[in-house]
Amino acid sequence: MKELVVISGKGGTGKTSLMAGMASLAENMVMCDADVDAADLHLLMAPEIREHHDFQGGGIAVINSDKCIECGVCRDLCKWNAINENFEVDSLECEGCGVCVYLCPEHAIDFPIQKCGEWFISGTRFGPMVHARLGIAQENSGKLVTLVRQEAKKLAERENLELIITDGPPGIGCPVIASIGGVTALLIVAEPTVSGLHDMERVVQLAAYFKVPAMLCVNKFDLNPDQTLVIEDRAKAQGVTVLARVPFDPVFTESMVQGKTVFEYKIESEAAYALKQVWSEIGKVLEIN
Amino acid sequence: MIISIASGKGGTGKTTVATNLAVSIESGVEILDCDVEEPNAHLFLHPVIEHKESVAVVVPEVDEEKCTLCGKCAEICQFKAIVVLGKTVLTFPEMCHSCGGCFEVCSENALSETGRLVGTVEKGHRNGLDFVHGRLRVGEAMSPPLISKVRSFARPGMLTIIDAPPGTSCPVIAAIKGTDFVMMVTEPTPFGLHDLKLGVEAVKLLGIPCGLVINRSDIGDDKVREYAEQEDLPILMEIPFDRKIAEAYSRGELIVEVMPEWKEKFLGLYDQIKELAGREEARG
Repeated sequence: MKELVVISGKGGTGKTSLMAGMASLAENMVMCDADVDAADLHLLMAPEIREHHDFQGGGIAVINSDKCIECGVCRDLCKWNAINENFEVDSLECEGCGVCVYLCPEHAIDFPIQKCGEWFISGTRFGPMVHARLGIAQENSGKLVTLVRQEAKKLAERENLELIITDGPPGIGCPVIASIGGVTALLIVAEPTVSGLHDMERVVQLAAYFKVPAMLCVNKFDLNPDQTLVIEDRAKAQGVTVLARVPFDPVFTESMVQGKTVFEYKIESEAAYALKQVWSEIGKVLEIN
Repeated sequence: MIISIASGKGGTGKTTVATNLAVSIESGVEILDCDVEEPNAHLFLHPVIEHKESVAVVVPEVDEEKCTLCGKCAEICQFKAIVVLGKTVLTFPEMCHSCGGCFEVCSENALSETGRLVGTVEKGHRNGLDFVHGRLRVGEAMSPPLISKVRSFARPGMLTIIDAPPGTSCPVIAAIKGTDFVMMVTEPTPFGLHDLKLGVEAVKLLGIPCGLVINRSDIGDDKVREYAEQEDLPILMEIPFDRKIAEAYSRGELIVEVMPEWKEKFLGLYDQIKELAGREEARG
């Protein structure tokens, strides 16, 4: 089984639009949305939810005021200043470390497990999809990413699917690290801007750090062809496989408004043509098709 | 006053708004780039960096001579960052949240404090503008400690502009919590709207007044405007899609540099923010 994860470092380079288009061309695959913080793939895929599960994160401290003698031990211990003068815990600040729970001399602090989000197994017109929604302002995004990836893998094994295509989160932090461990290959979608170059270089470093092979596709390349060349050269120098480019094309936004992939909306477009080329090159790298 | 610039969805133009706003105001302003995973503001501001420091968090180191393998440290650790395995104690510094629990429960004094590097903070200036950003070490998962460090550079009496990371989870909260106004930057597309709603929910949770900038305002559809009206979210500025702006951005140029007429618009944006934040304060 192969697992392709699409990431970008910088947000808004077109990860989800490109990933959805490619998934519509792929066969025997399951889609996975690992951007659990701001998941958007479902807006193009209109998933029919088959399974719905709660995601349990860690515990959060809750002080039982009947037992609390206001000795202040918990406030002294808390590294996040999450406990106020009235001995109430700010659940947004609480890290869930449990230190106050363990060390309260009166055993006055409970540690209920929190529901931090939900995850789903759904059907779409292109195949099954595993996706999730992290609760607003919640921690544990890395844990939820790991969970959806595991579930996508299980589903692929059950249904004998040979490919997992995952839409990854932006950045290089916790959820991205959870998205890329052990994958077959990464597709980095970059845009030809100074930020695009800067952020691409950081994800390429991240890929090297975790020893994951990476490919690069420059999206909206014609907005700055010179910068496209710079990005491709830098990527090549780092051992990244450079794929075909995708032009700036309003059909991406238009198809998004229609809730469609670019192939469904306008197959005779420059963008669709270019993306097909990208996908065929990925197929060769992954040795699928 | 602290204004944070956030978005939910990435790539909507947070950095564009933050940098152009800061440069337009000219004096008494500092910009704190809290998107420490992918900081970009420096690419447009080209600050002269005059101070650089490493930021580390405290993690435990075990003295095996003193350790009796009692296992209390492993029991209190919620993050599986310290475990007893046979006749040895293993630490996983990258999993550690630096809560200090293991140090508290170790009765043998077998743990000492060591550091895990999370990144660096750089401070500098460009003309009258003060600049600070954080750069997360590649491979480091936890950005909130570094974001807090960047925010510790905020100086009272200054106008502080925070460029926040995308999303709605802990890094965003670390960047925008306790600020006086959140400027949400969005684009009028289904993805933009969906992530804007999540972002607005997070801002509401924190109880911070909030306004909207719609970038590339002539693409997509009208649903963001409908949502703004429903939610009583003031639209403070619209920036149309203009290939000239997109190309200038791609070269690392500010809008106000290539189209000086935009300076007035960004100053107008600032006036509106002052009024909205002030109104909230008066309401108290």
